[in-house]
Amino acid sequence: MNVGVVILVHNAFDRAEQVVRHWSAGGCPVVIHVDKNVKRAAHDDFVKSLADVPNVLFSKRHRCEWGTWGLVAASQSASAMMLAKFPDVRHVFLASGSCLPLRPIKDLQVYLAKRPRTDFIESATTADVPWTQGGLDFERFTLRFPFSWRKHRFLFDRYVEFQRRFKMFRRVPEGIVPHMGSQWWCLTRQTLSAILEDPDRKVYDTYFRRVWIPDESYFQTLVRLYSQSIESRSLTLSKFDYQGKPHIFYDDHLQLLRRSDCFVARKIWPDANRLYDNFLNEEYPLKGAEPNPGKIDRIFSKAVERRTRGRAGLFMQSRLPRPGHENGFTSSPYSVFEGFSELFEDFEPWLARMTGTRVHGHLYAKDGVEFEGRQTTFSGALCDNPKLRDHHAQLFLVNLIWNTRGERQCFQFGPNDSQHVSWDLAKDPNAQISVISGAWAIPLFQSNRNFSDIRADAAELQRLESEHLNALRSPFVKARIRIWTLAEFIETPMEALQTVLDEMGAKNLRRVTEAPKMADLTGFGQFLQNLKNQGMHPYLMGDFPADNVSVNERPTRRKPYLVR
Amino acid sequence: MFPFTPQTEDHQVHGTQNFLTDAFFSYRMRWKRRRLLVRSLRRRKEITRAVERQIPKAGVLIFSTMRNEMVRLEHWLAYYRALGVAHFLVVDNASDDGTAEYLADQSDVSLWMTPESYKASRFGVDWLSCLQMKYGVGRWCLTVDADELLVYPESDDRGLDDLTAHLDATGRDAFGALMLDMYPKGPVGQAQYETGTDPIQTVPWFDPDNYRAKLHPVFGNLWIQGGVRDRVFFGSQPERSPTLNKTPLVKWRRGYAYVTSTHQILPRRLNKVFDLGDQTNVSGVLLHTKFLPNIGEKSAEELSRAQHFENSDLYQPYYNALIDDPDLWFEGSAYYEGTAQLEALGLMTRGTWG
Repeated sequence: MNVGVVILVHNAFDRAEQVVRHWSAGGCPVVIHVDKNVKRAAHDDFVKSLADVPNVLFSKRHRCEWGTWGLVAASQSASAMMLAKFPDVRHVFLASGSCLPLRPIKDLQVYLAKRPRTDFIESATTADVPWTQGGLDFERFTLRFPFSWRKHRFLFDRYVEFQRRFKMFRRVPEGIVPHMGSQWWCLTRQTLSAILEDPDRKVYDTYFRRVWIPDESYFQTLVRLYSQSIESRSLTLSKFDYQGKPHIFYDDHLQLLRRSDCFVARKIWPDANRLYDNFLNEEYPLKGAEPNPGKIDRIFSKAVERRTRGRAGLFMQSRLPRPGHENGFTSSPYSVFEGFSELFEDFEPWLARMTGTRVHGHLYAKDGVEFEGRQTTFSGALCDNPKLRDHHAQLFLVNLIWNTRGERQCFQFGPNDSQHVSWDLAKDPNAQISVISGAWAIPLFQSNRNFSDIRADAAELQRLESEHLNALRSPFVKARIRIWTLAEFIETPMEALQTVLDEMGAKNLRRVTEAPKMADLTGFGQFLQNLKNQGMHPYLMGDFPADNVSVNERPTRRKPYLVR
Repeated sequence: MFPFTPQTEDHQVHGTQNFLTDAFFSYRMRWKRRRLLVRSLRRRKEITRAVERQIPKAGVLIFSTMRNEMVRLEHWLAYYRALGVAHFLVVDNASDDGTAEYLADQSDVSLWMTPESYKASRFGVDWLSCLQMKYGVGRWCLTVDADELLVYPESDDRGLDDLTAHLDATGRDAFGALMLDMYPKGPVGQAQYETGTDPIQTVPWFDPDNYRAKLHPVFGNLWIQGGVRDRVFFGSQPERSPTLNKTPLVKWRRGYAYVTSTHQILPRRLNKVFDLGDQTNVSGVLLHTKFLPNIGEKSAEELSRAQHFENSDLYQPYYNALIDDPDLWFEGSAYYEGTAQLEALGLMTRGTWG
């Protein structure tokens, strides 16, 4: 009892020859189908080159084009030949010229001999699998496809539309339920001959001739009529990218392929010398192990997901997503504090102590980037030059967050800073923004300047902050935002700080025990009143009584009495 | 540099709304391209053939202009031979250090010579356009300078032919790369470099991620700036800092024309080496070995020849800074470890190329 191999070849004949010799040396009879599109000279050379190999036959040639009937016709005539000419063959293995056996042939023979009645063919109903690409799933069985998708895409599409429009659906022949799956199968003589010698074969052939990509559905469907035991998986390892194109294996996939324990893999890049040398020449021990494509699957599906969704927060030369398509503007969460460093004198060191995050000053300060510790260059070689930053303010933030992935960033922001990123912050779901509106007045209050200058500055800052707050309150906001007016905030500063820190999800969730030192606000109310008296109405800080406010210190907590 | 009214980015995105403006813009671009081609053709007499060898029918061709690159040449040729380049087509611009003689002795190099102005020929682009028109049509053409080494995902294992086969299979005819300025630790002039060795060993450091990109309003390419030169020399005028995006590898067709170096190419379609949606295309990195120890002398020479950049005067401070032997390194610099590192940093990606 033996395994016969049917190989469909259309290019890379030197590699195909190598593989055929390998199969043959392993004791498998081989039937080769050469695509009719191949020039006669190339075909003859190929035949000649294999003249000395025993048990190799060439079958009738068909014109094979991707997605058309030719591939099925080729498999049919080659496997019919295999069954007729090699009576001791029990399993027929369908492979292509770019398939490469990864394990000793003997291993495969033993494996199949142990499962003499099992057909290995991936076969699933279209309704149950999400494999199909391009919108034609069940329709591939109910429409007609006389035009080549590759060469006459326009006609193909128009004819599909036409049929949909006029509801010209075909009827699936009695008795069969369309199934589909990988076109690389391994069937037993019984099943295969039953399919090929079916009295209704003409009906089925006529039907499948106009089905879209019949090589993925012809055998997969008919096998359901005859097989006693279907193992719905392919023995050939093949991977597809998100567009449904097969992945090509190169030299660097050597270890991955070796560990997969699959019998055969495709597609192998013809110039992958190391793969061919390794798997065709080296003696591997017989393993008898089950194929284990799981590892490869995991690696590939991860990569495919990353490719289709894109890595969040990564902008690069081959990826500049349109606004809104970027799958995340930044790569990880960060916190923005507005007005805190004005209200508290030692806010930055306090925050760093409490949360263990990286706390920057005003990153967007007009006279220079205030990195943590006022470094001149920060990770990723970001530089503190404000001109470079403002030349592309969005990417500055994106790069900063991407460069420090794994570590939460906090920075201060306010109306004194350059406002280019105002909207981007508001729209970024990774941003946590806490605002004490009107706190910009505190440095003015403390400054030693002429009142008319202060008044002009205050008006400008109020305008900028209110614009920023409009952004934060717009319906497009995705950031997590909390806004207090200054008056609200100083009512219960500790509770507010606690809320912010809790939201940051700091690891050591303790109660905030130590308070940052608040600026002395004695006379601030009068200062605001003076501004009002000059005709500039500061409203962002909320209702501040004009007389001296007594800032509510945190109420001393008394130990509750326990009543038992 | 851009004689056209720049289009806003919005316009690029919502192109369909403005069909007429779009069509008119394309029309002007077509004329610009034709002008560039005519300009190149008129300069075809400037280069004279020195050595022409049989050019293989298949494989990637390299096009390059160089002047006094003897220091890098040996390794440069060896590097690209190892990547499987079929043939080198080089224009030598009046070298006096033996570059031309060395090139003439190589069996896979065809050599052209010219004494004319590098600047007047759009930094060699005019000359190379003539060669590409004649030899490059229908083939993958790689246009690189002698101080640029192309890497792409798995480039240690996979040759350029593998890459071009993938690009062909995915129906793309251009390949984008980011220029990565490599520099040594310590003053640039103090590093040791021995001719023929791998220059990356001498200048193994780079800035990992301070690049900023936007859509170029006219040519539609991704306009990337940043890197070490931006950080050290161009802090006060970021808009002048060097452009780092390149489209060096193109399946050439008659009528293609590079605009400024290989940063932009017409027709604009070819500049779309990036993806505006959510997917990524395979891309590479050009390791730029400009900061080898001889940079000081070279800068002094460039300064006197005034052959680089559009407004050479504007770049005087830059060249002076280079002659002063600066130290470009800082604690955050990254040490080059290989292609996997560049992928992990997000400086290049393999896209769908398993």
